[in-house]
Amino acid sequence: MASIAIRGVKKNYAKTQVVHGVDLDFASGEFVVILGPSGCGKSTLLRMIAGLEEISDGTIAIDGTVVNKLEPRERGCAMVFQNYALYPHMSVAQNIGYSLKVAGVPSAERNQRIQAVARTLELEHLLDRKPMALSGGQRQRVAMGRAMIREPKVFLFDEPLSNLDAKLRVQMRSEIRKLHRRLNATSVFVTHDQVEAMTLADRLVVMNGGRVEQVGTPGEIYTRPASRFVATFVGAPAMNILEGTVELDGLSLLGGSRRLAVARAGLPVGTKVAMGIRPEAVRLVAPGTAGALNATVDLVEELGAGRVIYVDLDGAPFSVMTSEAVHHEPGSTVGLKISPDDMHFFSSETGTRLDVFKASVPEPAL
Amino acid sequence: MEKRVTFASWTIGILFAVPQLLLIFTFFYWPAGQAVYWSLTLQQPWGGGNIWVGLDNFRSILANAVYWNSITASLVFAGISTGLAMFVALVLAALTDRQLAGSRFYRVVLIWPYGIAAPALAMAFRFILAPEAGFMAVVNQVWPGFWDPGLDGADAMASIIIAFSWKYVGYNFIFFLAAFQAIPRSLIEAAAMDGSGVMRRFWDIQFPLITPTIFFLLVINITESFQDSFGIVDIMTSGGPANATNLMVYKIYSDGFKGLDYSGAAAQSIILMLLIVVLTIFQFRFIERRVHYR
Repeated sequence: MASIAIRGVKKNYAKTQVVHGVDLDFASGEFVVILGPSGCGKSTLLRMIAGLEEISDGTIAIDGTVVNKLEPRERGCAMVFQNYALYPHMSVAQNIGYSLKVAGVPSAERNQRIQAVARTLELEHLLDRKPMALSGGQRQRVAMGRAMIREPKVFLFDEPLSNLDAKLRVQMRSEIRKLHRRLNATSVFVTHDQVEAMTLADRLVVMNGGRVEQVGTPGEIYTRPASRFVATFVGAPAMNILEGTVELDGLSLLGGSRRLAVARAGLPVGTKVAMGIRPEAVRLVAPGTAGALNATVDLVEELGAGRVIYVDLDGAPFSVMTSEAVHHEPGSTVGLKISPDDMHFFSSETGTRLDVFKASVPEPAL
Repeated sequence: MEKRVTFASWTIGILFAVPQLLLIFTFFYWPAGQAVYWSLTLQQPWGGGNIWVGLDNFRSILANAVYWNSITASLVFAGISTGLAMFVALVLAALTDRQLAGSRFYRVVLIWPYGIAAPALAMAFRFILAPEAGFMAVVNQVWPGFWDPGLDGADAMASIIIAFSWKYVGYNFIFFLAAFQAIPRSLIEAAAMDGSGVMRRFWDIQFPLITPTIFFLLVINITESFQDSFGIVDIMTSGGPANATNLMVYKIYSDGFKGLDYSGAAAQSIILMLLIVVLTIFQFRFIERRVHYR
């Protein structure tokens, strides 16, 4: 178990900077998930913690020791790779036991520990097989075993589930979670899959374009996204964003075709803002209901437990998630009821969250 | 299951194969058949057909101490030059794969030697290794009589081994580098995370994974060292001094075209062919077992 402190870490490749100064603190025993789209620098950050990538600027400390100049093996981290990176010429047992062999652990003790790890991961009957002869899920387990056997201070996961099929991914997800509960080692898990991130994380770090957008529990990130990027990246289907302008008596949305009466606390008239509302927070009502917005149904996606209804709001795409068993024909008109408490406001320019608005009931356009 | 293209009728398939079959027949089976025929007959001195002599040609060759000396020289040459060329190439490729400074430069430069014709490079090495001028002359100044390929058989053998290896280092290098680069980066990184240092990673991970390439190059290098050495021997030593570098392939040429003993030369080439076949079978049978295919 170990804490990790990241201070002003940057990464440059030749002339391009891919990580622009990241400050993060991971507590001992915490399960942290770094979430972001591909190319956001999340894997690079993980590899800098591991020691596979040089740190261009700033420091990374594990348990209070700055590890910038330490070799990967001196940092006490174990890593599970996206493509598993199993040694193809070694058997499962040799793969799992390789780190102990390198460390010079006597073969009797080594075999004992391999057996123990194999038992935990239900790999006992596969120990003599080569990685080639394993299924994706089994390979994943071997990769986990290889990381576990060293009893590392820190577990690093680089999108380890992205090569598995959907069912296996869900299964491995809960196994990783259980494993963490038992070993209680500090874990850093990188992924672009938000469901994976939400379900696994004690704390979630959302990254974009080489910067940290928000750090918080999955609940905090979902209910109070700190930026427009986080708002639209976390949650499926993505949060609806409607562009608007601050006016004397509230907000004008969608180029003035819709109006929203909200108390304007401190923002000058004419400021451009983005109003966000989650599809699952919108209620469907009969068209023409007081305080509801009228919209035309474009497309209905059946999810079994519910359905996503894509509607057209004066040319702007908008989605509604509902669990009601109501059928809506494409082309028909529906009313959308939005509670002011569910609205999020972001600055149009910087994308940061604005909490200056106190929303009241929206009024339909005339 | 592997997908294969199949032809509806036999004729189309055979028509596609005909050019290749013609080439192989004209340039391999026909000459090889002629060599077998000549090796079993004796040419009349002034023409007028061959006399059937059975295995007499083989008997007289194998009873000749000079021929056994030639076989020994060929084996020594093949063993040392293959080992040297592969070892040097392996080290260079391993270093290049690690992306050390300047690796892009010598990745290109190291490939060139293979493109040089054997006589041209032999000429160059004849000058480079000349005892009377250049670097070796300086060495001779310090230790008089240390180096003289014209007089000392061992020196002559060393000269042709150096020249041949130099050419094949480039060839082997290309294959080794490709093999190293085919190893996924993450395997090396995983080994680094497992606590393995540079040398340990080389022996535990990279070396086992390039064994298919090592095996392939071993077969090619040994075969080529029996056959491709002719130009180098001819220019650098002409088989001398005192037959010290009279390799089998060179002896076939000198006996056949200079000594005009076509039948004897034909018999020798059959023996050389059999030797290479046996060596190759041996390699596939005993060394290939240790190769890890992915």
